[in-house]
Amino acid sequence: MTTYRVRHNASRFLIHLTLAGGGAFMLVPFFWLLSSSLKAPHEIFVFPPKWIPDPIRWSNYVEVFEVVSVARYAANTMTITIFATLGVILSSSMAAYSFARLRFKGRDIMFGLILSTVMLPYVVTMIPVYILFSRLGWIGTFLPLIVPDWFGGPITIFLLRQFFRTIPLELEDAARIDGASRPRIFAQIILPLSRAALTVVLVLSLLQNWNDFLTPLIYLHKRDMFTLALGLNALQYFEGGLDWTHYVMALASLMVLPVVILYFLAQRAFVEGIVLTGLKG
Amino acid sequence: MQSSPAQSAPEAQTDRGLRFFQRLSFEETFFGWLFIVPAVLGLLFFRLGPVFASFYLSFTKYEIITAPRWIGFANYTKLVTDALWLRSIEVTLWYVTLFVPLSLTFAYGVALLMSRNVRGITTYRTLWYLPSVVPVVASATIWRWGLNPEFGPINYPLKVLGLPAPRWLTDPDWIVPSIVFIGLWGLGNSVLIFLASLISVPRTFYEAAEVDGANNWARFRHVTLPLTSSIIFYQLIVTVINSFQVFGVAYILFVSNPSASSAGPNNAALFYVLYMFRNAFGYFRNGYASAMAWILFLVIMLLTIILFYSQRRWVYYETEGGGS
Repeated sequence: MTTYRVRHNASRFLIHLTLAGGGAFMLVPFFWLLSSSLKAPHEIFVFPPKWIPDPIRWSNYVEVFEVVSVARYAANTMTITIFATLGVILSSSMAAYSFARLRFKGRDIMFGLILSTVMLPYVVTMIPVYILFSRLGWIGTFLPLIVPDWFGGPITIFLLRQFFRTIPLELEDAARIDGASRPRIFAQIILPLSRAALTVVLVLSLLQNWNDFLTPLIYLHKRDMFTLALGLNALQYFEGGLDWTHYVMALASLMVLPVVILYFLAQRAFVEGIVLTGLKG
Repeated sequence: MQSSPAQSAPEAQTDRGLRFFQRLSFEETFFGWLFIVPAVLGLLFFRLGPVFASFYLSFTKYEIITAPRWIGFANYTKLVTDALWLRSIEVTLWYVTLFVPLSLTFAYGVALLMSRNVRGITTYRTLWYLPSVVPVVASATIWRWGLNPEFGPINYPLKVLGLPAPRWLTDPDWIVPSIVFIGLWGLGNSVLIFLASLISVPRTFYEAAEVDGANNWARFRHVTLPLTSSIIFYQLIVTVINSFQVFGVAYILFVSNPSASSAGPNNAALFYVLYMFRNAFGYFRNGYASAMAWILFLVIMLLTIILFYSQRRWVYYETEGGGS
């Protein structure tokens, strides 16, 4: 009995040690990023690495706004993120409602087709979609980054459909007897009752658009159209070189900070979203 | 968009009732289609359409300025002799081979530990997941310096302990392992998914196993593993698909602009999608790049099909015929 307890406690301890040790290791890069962003350039390139900058240069965060147009990049990223998110929520929730609640011919085929594209590798659609947008004369604008989202996202549709199906039918029937139309039921009953699911979708879309690198890289080439992701990439390569590493780190911190805040604010939505979709590798 | 007769409404006995349901069903059909119009257009223009379009383009020479010209299998035969393309396959396969097993076992292991009802599980979960929200540009930036052989924090303890300190991002042999390492930092996603499935295993199964005198290993082998195998299978597919499409990290760390002609020393970071991207958006060889895209697409589909067939042997579904 006692040996069992000792062994049990020992294994408990080992589990904690592994999880805490690994967790701490996961945090090291964040700390490294923050610390480097507050250093003077010559303090970054030293051995052994210096963990606490001395002096702490908060001014890096002010200066980085002067060396590159951070405000512009941030405004661009926000514009894209907001409009794309709005679009994907609106178009996907409409489709999800239809697939979840309305009975019509061809519904299951269409849903099956849309669902089948969930795992479609982006490489195979990338070039024709680019050609389509270049024919429309949209290269260099935000439209290629926003417009596709207004045409539904397979994962979002799937996730919302699953949720809409759990809303009791009686609520909808009652409204229909009162003469409410489908669009009205959708807007005034289904959507308000789906706050939890919509939050999940919202958070996932905000994160994805904020973080996206490939799509802006394909479509945006002018400095004043850059997103934060492109700006950060350009800052490392084309501007200042190694002397500006502290600015690179400051800009990277500025880009990471909002997603970390979003994560802490909406942790439950994140966890649910990841588990429900399970698709973000 | 014809309004179909209300066959599905046996309650519609009276004439009036029948008409009521007919109207209803027309109304349902009308709004049903209306609401999915955007999604269907999206399917046609941004997904299915492009899949077929790129298949067609892969048989053409198409450089944007002139119209696509049919050249049969020329793109495909040219690929086979393209040393860089072969190099990109080598790099990508090496990455997939390392990353898929490492990330799955590691994530499953961590999730298993977390599922043991330890105190502080929420904190651990937060810590392990946090890196997953970091944008790829930022994580590449962090690790460019984090893996710096002279000043980086990773080599520091190795040097102090007198261990060999690899030249991570500059030694061709270490480049793919470095990118695997960076990928493993973002392991939290898989951990969360595994954790959710581990927690959902009903306690009664474990209790029954205990009554039968099963030890820890037997319980894991005969209860936990089979009951989570469908999620393992699912994660395996997703991880494989994603691993074949690595792009961001490699581009940010080793390529400065779309037409840059190298990707790391000895092209050690020339991932498949990177080379495809260079051809499409650096050189505007859209036909050639489409051929590459289709080969990758076929490989991914083939692998998925093979995995789906193999799952019968090792994936357990609780309800017969439940499928995936």
